Amino acid sequence: MPAVAWGLEILRATVATVLLFTFLAVVAAMFGVLAERKISGWIQSRLGPKHVGPQGLLQTVADTVKLLQKEHVTPVNADPVAFNVAPLIVPVAALLAWIVIPLGVPFGVLLIGRDLNIGLLFFVAMTSLIVIGVLLGGWASNNKYSLLGALRSASQMISYEIPLALALLTPIMLAGTLSTVEIVDAQRGGFLGVGRWFLFGGGHGLGGLVVGVLAFAIFVAAATAETFRTPFDLPEAESELVAGYFSEYTGMRFALFQLGEYGELFAMAALSSLLFLGGWHGPGFTSTLWLFVKLFAMVFFLMWVRWTYPRLRLDQLLNFTWKGLLPLALLNVLLTGWVLV
Amino acid sequence: MVLVDWLHVAVFAVVGTLMAALPLAVVWLLAPRAPHPQKRLTYESGVVPFGQAWAQFNVRYYLFALAFVLFEVEVIYLFPWAVVFRRLGRFAFVEAALFIVILGLGLLYAWRTGALEWT
Repeated sequence: MPAVAWGLEILRATVATVLLFTFLAVVAAMFGVLAERKISGWIQSRLGPKHVGPQGLLQTVADTVKLLQKEHVTPVNADPVAFNVAPLIVPVAALLAWIVIPLGVPFGVLLIGRDLNIGLLFFVAMTSLIVIGVLLGGWASNNKYSLLGALRSASQMISYEIPLALALLTPIMLAGTLSTVEIVDAQRGGFLGVGRWFLFGGGHGLGGLVVGVLAFAIFVAAATAETFRTPFDLPEAESELVAGYFSEYTGMRFALFQLGEYGELFAMAALSSLLFLGGWHGPGFTSTLWLFVKLFAMVFFLMWVRWTYPRLRLDQLLNFTWKGLLPLALLNVLLTGWVLV
Repeated sequence: MVLVDWLHVAVFAVVGTLMAALPLAVVWLLAPRAPHPQKRLTYESGVVPFGQAWAQFNVRYYLFALAFVLFEVEVIYLFPWAVVFRRLGRFAFVEAALFIVILGLGLLYAWRTGALEWT
């Protein structure tokens, strides 16, 4: 390929990166945090933020501006290099996971960072990089709460990653590809436009329905744990560990951890819509609108769960995945194979 | 083209890191700097921190990490199988079923020997 073409590709990728990062910062972080505060307020019969802008809509914008003016404090006991690198790893890993998530095909233009041929494997690999940032940040802080929070996070993330990856195998087997775009296109049409959704087994009868629903349930449970949300929020259990692994982080570095966390939450919501709920295909018409409806419905569901359920104990948490989700996920892979043969 | 795909991923990694570092640069320009030794103490619920956090911690975390490495590697083996599964048919299913049963036996072994207990 000539040098000009390479330059053009680099330019295109740079523009895509800036757009995707802005999307994550505005939609996932700013809107996500606002939605979380509003929804938690609504669930707990409070009003939530209401003073900045109409109905408090600009609260998180004001918070961001405020955080930009806050001093960075590095504890004297911390490891300075690791302490400063960790808050960059988490949001960048979330951004890299977003590369393979398509946001629909408005006016014939596919909105995606890059449709990689190993899409879902890449997604799993990138989300597991987050654990490195978390562990590094918690260890470098040299704070007991941070270290305990980081160790809990790491053991939780790695434990739930296995059922998560196994649940992904069902849509992969149904569609026969790892590309997220092709998986979505395999769910087009069917009864009422929803009949071929992989939640219902992609048109493989009753057996398909069973494996589809099971894979979706395992995926959502594991995704809740991966994003550290109640009932799996031990790493940040504020009543025992202050703020978990980012207790020592101030100002914008704290905000970067939040960006990574909400970026991952939205990535999991998007992925569950794409892999199981037909992506941008739906009843009546095919549109990006459908994807966003499903995405926000999933985000709302995860927030609803977070503000409704109590927290598990660490041994219950690990038992739930190693003795519950993991055998179930292995069984589901076998069942999927059996249905498709 | 596959190489172009990875060029895009590399650009995402580099430019994404710069984008994430941008607010830190803004903070460096805007934020006040008023150092004080007490401010830089490790937070320990208001008391003077007792010793370092870099001490011993529960060895159980290590056992779970070890189990994770085993299972994650085996899950990665299932990914290529899942992609071509429908083209290979019954034989591939029996092969993977054997693999998953052996995996399940491994899990059962870890379970029975108490590697998955947190006490």
